[in-house]
Amino acid sequence: MQARVPTAADGNMATEFHNLQELRHSASLANKVFIQRDYSEGTTCRFQTKFPSELESRIERKLFEDTVKTLNNYYAEAEKIGGQSYLEGCLACVTAYLIFLCMETRYEKVLKKIAKYIQEQNEKFYAPRGLLVTDPIERGMRVIEISIYEDRGSSGSSSGSSSVSGSTAR
Amino acid sequence: MSAVMIARKVRKWEKLPGKNTFCCDGRVMMARQKGVFYLTLFLIMGTCALFFAFECPYLAVHLSPAIPVFAALIFLFVIAMLLRTSFSDPGVLPRALPEEATFIEMEIEAANGNVPAGQRPPPRIRNVQINNQIVKLKYCYTCKIFRPPRASHCSICDNCVDRFDHHCPWVGNCVGKRNYRYFYMFTLSLSLLTIYIFTFDIVHVVMRSVDNGFLNTLKETPGTVLEVLVCFFTLWSVVGLTGFHTYLISLNQTTNEDIKGSWSGKNRVQNPYSHKNLIKNCCEVLCGPAYPSVLDRRGLMQEDSPVSFTSAAPSSSSSSSNPVSQTTKTTAPLIPNEHTPDDAKPSIAASAEKSDSPKEELPPAPKVPPLASPETDAEVTLAKEKAQ
Repeated sequence: MQARVPTAADGNMATEFHNLQELRHSASLANKVFIQRDYSEGTTCRFQTKFPSELESRIERKLFEDTVKTLNNYYAEAEKIGGQSYLEGCLACVTAYLIFLCMETRYEKVLKKIAKYIQEQNEKFYAPRGLLVTDPIERGMRVIEISIYEDRGSSGSSSGSSSVSGSTAR
Repeated sequence: MSAVMIARKVRKWEKLPGKNTFCCDGRVMMARQKGVFYLTLFLIMGTCALFFAFECPYLAVHLSPAIPVFAALIFLFVIAMLLRTSFSDPGVLPRALPEEATFIEMEIEAANGNVPAGQRPPPRIRNVQINNQIVKLKYCYTCKIFRPPRASHCSICDNCVDRFDHHCPWVGNCVGKRNYRYFYMFTLSLSLLTIYIFTFDIVHVVMRSVDNGFLNTLKETPGTVLEVLVCFFTLWSVVGLTGFHTYLISLNQTTNEDIKGSWSGKNRVQNPYSHKNLIKNCCEVLCGPAYPSVLDRRGLMQEDSPVSFTSAAPSSSSSSSNPVSQTTKTTAPLIPNEHTPDDAKPSIAASAEKSDSPKEELPPAPKVPPLASPETDAEVTLAKEKAQ
């Protein structure tokens, strides 16, 4: 998650960032896990719900799966080809796509919802467990990056990461 | 340790790898060679200018004033589509940051197991099943990612592009997922414009010749000859191209796949992306959602980041320590450009034109040791150990 400097406008957000900032200052980055894309249903944006072994000791499987499933649903909603997307496409074509200068596309609206959702999830579930979920859009929609933090106080032993082989089974 | 603080705000587009040029502070994105694009603009505008100057006054009076009006509308639409195609991000996939690249490398190594010394490790391919079809995902050595299905690396722009169609020098950009529909609308409307101008040129010459005689007409409106010439040659190429892309859209294929013969039916492979329905395929390609750009061009680069890698922590796997431990910045690092293996890169302009435009001043890349390259594939573990 990029460090967004809280401005005066983010009145409420300043207090919430405080937790994440604290996380960054008191903990050190130990490892990162990357949840890959699931292409089994074509090129639509979907992420694998397989639980990575590195997170086994850090977070409950169900929480993680819920997060990924919700994200998948959001992306499916954004990329849905149906009445609304046709209307948007035809209207835009008729106006030589100039309408996109004033109007926000449906995809962009859903992306904003996703950003909010990820921030919520981070604050409620992941930051207290020393984890940080990065919005996939910041990684080219290729991966969901989950950063694992260790307390600076504890000895820098981040075991779990040596066996990556477990996650390669397809 | 003296740190030089950069006073002005640096936007991300200034540090993006790849051979693109950016204008308007990152809002406009094009390929480096723009010469042919200027030619396209010149031809379209020049021909239309001649049409408005020579034909329209006569036709507006003798036939109908609607003729120049329609011509103007189609012309504006053509220019809008051309600029939209040329200036937008075709769907470039950003390169993997070092941690992601390392993660993928570790997965590959784990999957390969122990390769006996001196033997080439197996090629980096992932198999995925899409609609009961096995699709092979290739690894891109430049971008350090496994390319999503239908993505391809453009050697001219040095980027992986999602749903890569081809690199079009006429529009000065790659044609990919995000701008394919604009490209198609451009070719379609240009065909229309060409046919329109050509038809009314003929009508105009015929009408005038009836009054004045053929040779006199040509002397009076010399622009007509030029227009007819340009339109004649443009007609064959552009209308042909439009027809070809209409065929591709109806099958939900890209030019890249067509040239490579990916779904030609050999070995019973079929296009897993096609809905087997003409209307559905057309609707998906032309009326699908407008995909956002995942390349953050106008974001501000962070100069100081609150997170720093702890190089001391022996975190990674047993075989190699994290090569990124040297850097403390988490800003988008520049992965040094490596030449991708020269497999047949399909682009409509097969001859790569030498760029005569001045080279972009890219800031020098920090020395991140290359994680892998195709040449040293056989000694990949050795190379990594040396690089630490």
